[in-house]
Amino acid sequence: MSAASRANRLTPYLFLAPAAVILAFALLYPIGYMVYASFLDWSPSQRIGEADFIGLRNYTNLLQDAAFGESFWVTIKFAAVVVTLEMIIGVGLALLLDRNIKGMSLLRTIFILPMMIAPIVVGLMWRYMYHPTVGIFNRTIKSLGFEEGIPWLSDSTWSFIAVVIADVWQWTPFIFILALAAMQSLPRSALEAADIDGATEWQKITLIKIPLMMPVLIVTLMLRLIDAFKVLEVIMVLTNGGPGLSTEIVALRIFRTAQEFQELGEAAAMSNILLMLLMALTIGMFFYSKLQEARAARMRAAAEQEEAH
Amino acid sequence: MAVQDKKQNPAFYALLAALVIMSVGPIALMLATSFKTNVDIYDNTVSAFFFTPTLKNYETVLCNVLWYEPEHVRYCDPTFGRALGNSLFIATVSTAITLIVGCMAAYALVRFKFMGRGAVSMTTLLMRMVPPAVLLVPVFGIWTFQYGLDQSYTGIILVYTAMNLPFVIWILQSFIVQVPIQLEEAARMDGANPLQVFFLVVLPIIKPGLAAAAIFTFRIAWNEFLLANALLGRSTRTVPVTIVNSITEYDIDWGVIMATGMLLAVPPILFTFAASRQIITGMTAGAVKG
Repeated sequence: MSAASRANRLTPYLFLAPAAVILAFALLYPIGYMVYASFLDWSPSQRIGEADFIGLRNYTNLLQDAAFGESFWVTIKFAAVVVTLEMIIGVGLALLLDRNIKGMSLLRTIFILPMMIAPIVVGLMWRYMYHPTVGIFNRTIKSLGFEEGIPWLSDSTWSFIAVVIADVWQWTPFIFILALAAMQSLPRSALEAADIDGATEWQKITLIKIPLMMPVLIVTLMLRLIDAFKVLEVIMVLTNGGPGLSTEIVALRIFRTAQEFQELGEAAAMSNILLMLLMALTIGMFFYSKLQEARAARMRAAAEQEEAH
Repeated sequence: MAVQDKKQNPAFYALLAALVIMSVGPIALMLATSFKTNVDIYDNTVSAFFFTPTLKNYETVLCNVLWYEPEHVRYCDPTFGRALGNSLFIATVSTAITLIVGCMAAYALVRFKFMGRGAVSMTTLLMRMVPPAVLLVPVFGIWTFQYGLDQSYTGIILVYTAMNLPFVIWILQSFIVQVPIQLEEAARMDGANPLQVFFLVVLPIIKPGLAAAAIFTFRIAWNEFLLANALLGRSTRTVPVTIVNSITEYDIDWGVIMATGMLLAVPPILFTFAASRQIITGMTAGAVKG
C-alpha cells in the first residue's frame, strides 16, 4: 500500500479525532464521574480520592428528605403548567396567524428575541417589572386606584405564578414558530378538498390541521418539556427558589447544594436522578418519532399500492 | 394561501400589535430604564418611557474602558469592563474551535459513512437533554483536581466546546449532505488532497450552515452562567457571573444593572436581526424534519 493511499484511509479518523477526544474528556468522562461521585460523601475541599464511599446513602437520604421531595414536586408542577400553557397559546397563535401577511418574517424575528437573550437578563427584566414599588405591574395597579400591589415575589403562590409568566413569555414563541413551520408544510390538497366539501374553519382546524400536525407537535412538546426541566437562571435571579421552597426546582437545588451547602456527593445524586428522568423522556421521544416514521412509511406504501390497482 | 389573501379583520391587526408589544415590551423597558437616573426610577411621577435620558449608567459600567473619565464616577469599578472582555474572548474562541472541530467531524461522518444519521441525531438528542446543572459537580471536580484548569480560560472554553459540539455536528451534517459529490471528485481529479478538498471546496459551500452553527454556539457561551460561575476566578469572570454577583446584594442599583443587562443582551439581539432565517432553520430543524 502506498503512503498516499494509507493517508487517504486514515483521513476520516483524522477528521473525527479532535471531536472524539474533546467529547470523551469534557462530556462523557464528567458524566461517568458524576455517577461515581453520587456514591461519595464529598466536599469541595477534598480530592475525589479522599472522599468516603458511602454507597447508596446519598440516595436514601434524598428519598427521606422532605425538602427534596418538595423540590421534585415543584419541578414537575412547573414543567407541566408551563408546557401546557405554552402549547395552548403557541399553537393557538400559529392557527390564527397562518396567513399570507406582509412582514411575517419581521414578526418572527421579533418573537425569537426573548429566546436569544441571556436567561440571566430575562430574570433581571422580570425582577424589575415585579418590583413591589418601582415595578411596572404594581405601579399600574396602584395608579388604577388599588391600595395594595400584588406581592409578586414575596408570596409563595404569586411567586410561582410570576415564574410561570416569565417562562411563558420567553418560550411560547418557540412553540409558535415550530407549529407555524409545521402548518405551512401541510399538504395543500387536503385543505383544498375540505374547502370543496364545504368544511367550516373550525372543522378544518380540528379534523385536518391538528391531526396532521400531531407528530411535529408531540416532538415539540417533548423538546420543550426537556428544556423546562433545565430552567434555572431565570428562577434564580427572580426568586432564588423562595419564598420557602415554593419555586425551588431541582436544577436550582443542585446548584445551591453544591455552591452554598458544599455537599457535592448529594448534589451529584440529585443530578443523577434528574438525568435519569430526562433520559427516560428523551428515549421515549426518540422511539415515538421512530414509530411515527415507520407508520408514515407504511401508509405511503399502502397509498402507492392503492394507486397501482 | 390565495383564498385568505382577502382583507384581514382589524381585530387581527390588533392581535398582532398586542403580541409585538408583549414580546418587545420588557426589553424596551429594560432599555429605557438603563437610561434613567436612580432618582427617576424611584420617582412614581416619572413615566416609564418618557423622561430625560442620561448616559451615566453606561459610563459607570464601562468606566475603565472609556477614553475619558466620567466626572460623576468617584470610584471606578473595573469588574464589568474586564468581564466584558472575558466574555468576548471566551465566546469567540470557543465558537471558533467548536466550528472547526465540528465541521471536520460532520464531514467525516457524512462522506465516509461511519455511523448512520440516526446514531448522530440520537447522540445530539441525548446531549441536548443533559442540563448544565448536571455537569456542575463533575466539571468542577475534574477541572479543579485532575486537569488543573480551574480559573483559566482554557477550562471553560473546553466545556463550552464539548457542550456545543453534538448540536454543531448534527446541524452541519444536514448542510454537508447537500454538497454535490461531483464537485469534490473534480477537485480530487485535479490533484487536491482530502484536506484541500475540505477547506477549499466544501467549506465555502456550507457557509449558511456555519453561520447558523456559529450563532447558536456563540449565544450559549455568551449567556452561560452556571459553569462559568463554578469554574472562573476573580479575574477571568464573564458578564453573567458579575451580574448575578451584583444582584444578590440587598440594595440593587437598578439603573446600572439594567445598563449591564442591556450590554449583555445587545450581541444576541444584533445576531437575531442579522440572521433570523438561519436561527429559525436551526431551531425548527430538530422537530420538523426529524
